[in-house]
Amino acid sequence: MDTSSMKDRPNILLPTTAVPPDGGKHKGAAAYNEKISIRDLCFYYGESMALKHISLPIYEKMVTAFIGPSGCGKSTLLRTLNRMYDLYPKQRATGEALLDGNNILAGGQDLNLLRARIGMVFQKPTPFPMSIYENIAFGVRLYEKISRADMDERVEDSLKRTALWDEVKDKLHSSGMSLSGGQQQRLCIARTIAVRPSVILLDEPTSALDPISTAKVEELIYQLKNDYTIVIVTHNMQQAARVADHTAFMYLGELGEFGATDQIFTKPKEKRTEDYITGRFG
Amino acid sequence: METQRNTSLYKRRKGYHYIAMTLAFIATGMGLIALAWILGTLLWKGFGGLSWEVFSQMTPPPGNQGGLLNAIYGSAIQTLIATCIGTPIGIAAGTYMAEYGRNTKLTTTVRFINDILLSAPSIVVGLFVYEIMVAPMGHFSAWAGVMALSILMLPVVVRTTEDMLLLVPDSLREAASALGAPRYLVIGRICYGAAKAGLMTGVLLAVARISGETAPLLFTSLNNQFWSTNMNAPMANLPVVIFQFALSPYPDWQKLAWVGALIITLTVLTLNIAARTLISSRKQQH
Repeated sequence: MDTSSMKDRPNILLPTTAVPPDGGKHKGAAAYNEKISIRDLCFYYGESMALKHISLPIYEKMVTAFIGPSGCGKSTLLRTLNRMYDLYPKQRATGEALLDGNNILAGGQDLNLLRARIGMVFQKPTPFPMSIYENIAFGVRLYEKISRADMDERVEDSLKRTALWDEVKDKLHSSGMSLSGGQQQRLCIARTIAVRPSVILLDEPTSALDPISTAKVEELIYQLKNDYTIVIVTHNMQQAARVADHTAFMYLGELGEFGATDQIFTKPKEKRTEDYITGRFG
Repeated sequence: METQRNTSLYKRRKGYHYIAMTLAFIATGMGLIALAWILGTLLWKGFGGLSWEVFSQMTPPPGNQGGLLNAIYGSAIQTLIATCIGTPIGIAAGTYMAEYGRNTKLTTTVRFINDILLSAPSIVVGLFVYEIMVAPMGHFSAWAGVMALSILMLPVVVRTTEDMLLLVPDSLREAASALGAPRYLVIGRICYGAAKAGLMTGVLLAVARISGETAPLLFTSLNNQFWSTNMNAPMANLPVVIFQFALSPYPDWQKLAWVGALIITLTVLTLNIAARTLISSRKQQH
């Protein structure tokens, strides 16, 4: 595919993304607070450049969706936000991602503390090889010393918020692996919110789930945005339309278009976005 | 219209099929017969000599009544201590290879050497320990035996630990890291937890391997006709007693050798069954 023509073009969506340091009082988003500001972010797998000069805002207590065809870099972008790529040598990012003004990508970060603030849920459910209760308590114990009773409460609270409590309250001490796929995924979300992060990254959280479990998780995302800033990567455009306030369309490692979800889905500014969301490619 | 099929081609192929199948059956049968023969003889002769005295009396001089108590104790204690030494070192090395040093030159080198050690003749290990421990100390000792057995079990544990940890999906490590868990907790709580059954299987198989070894003990802990718990002196052990008694001309010694062989075989069999059960329970979990 020829990408040279796209490189020459100025990033036409920069008006919404190149945020002045005045707290994001730019057009159309005056009321929104920027939780994370991604600025000129590039990502490399070894020599190959997977993300090219991405700039976009992630607004506080809103859901932002990354959509785009496979291999467009949406998961990669998500994984830079909690520095997951640091687990692997040869992967690196340049540019800035400011979380409340601090550059996440800068050296000298305490990655464990950062990741405790930015939770992540993965495509496949990943229950730990321990009981349901311990799955949730594990993360909480990492950074808090709380009494047994408080812990019980915390576990119950996060299970209730993920609508899992009624299904598991009688078997909190059986293995997390004994749950169904949909329940496992909700357990993973419960585990993530139990450590009280401020941002939650969801990497195709429902792609391995059946429609009913998917509906439950989407409902949950809707509930969670009252308290958390949420970024979701999804292949499912209806899902993006249902849950996201803002949507970023990505294409071949570049940001194709970013805007309010309504606008992206009803009157996209770019031909490529329109082609993708109407199913003409992807 | 149906195609004209070359039936002679098909018949020839069918002929090959029957020949190959017959050969496979014969090969399987030969293997099974050998195994059944060995086990049958062992059970027959071993159970014939089994009695309470075997577990309560020492190895006798020729012509006297006696048992294998000192040898059973010696084997048990040497295997136990060797396991206590070999397991942590092996698991630590395997953990380094699978978790910290994946794809590094050191790991590749260690894996290569480990594989050589895995198939090294045990008599070489015995001679090595003789050279570095028995000769300088001037006498055979149970410690030397322990040393030889630890060296023998090490590569088994290293290999299974690395393999089992590599089977733990990276998504699980990422999930734990994403909660802010430091590396050592990700490994200690999550990876070990997920690979628990596999790690234990590795240790059990290693114990099974060393509990029947004769050659390394011949050069190290040798044998002792009497009850001894002194690790700094020669100590009796089942393999060497079997070796010695089976080659002797005395019928009662030979009988005890059969009993000893039966005890070792049943122990190894039990360990292997336990290891297999662990593996299958692990598979059901996933």
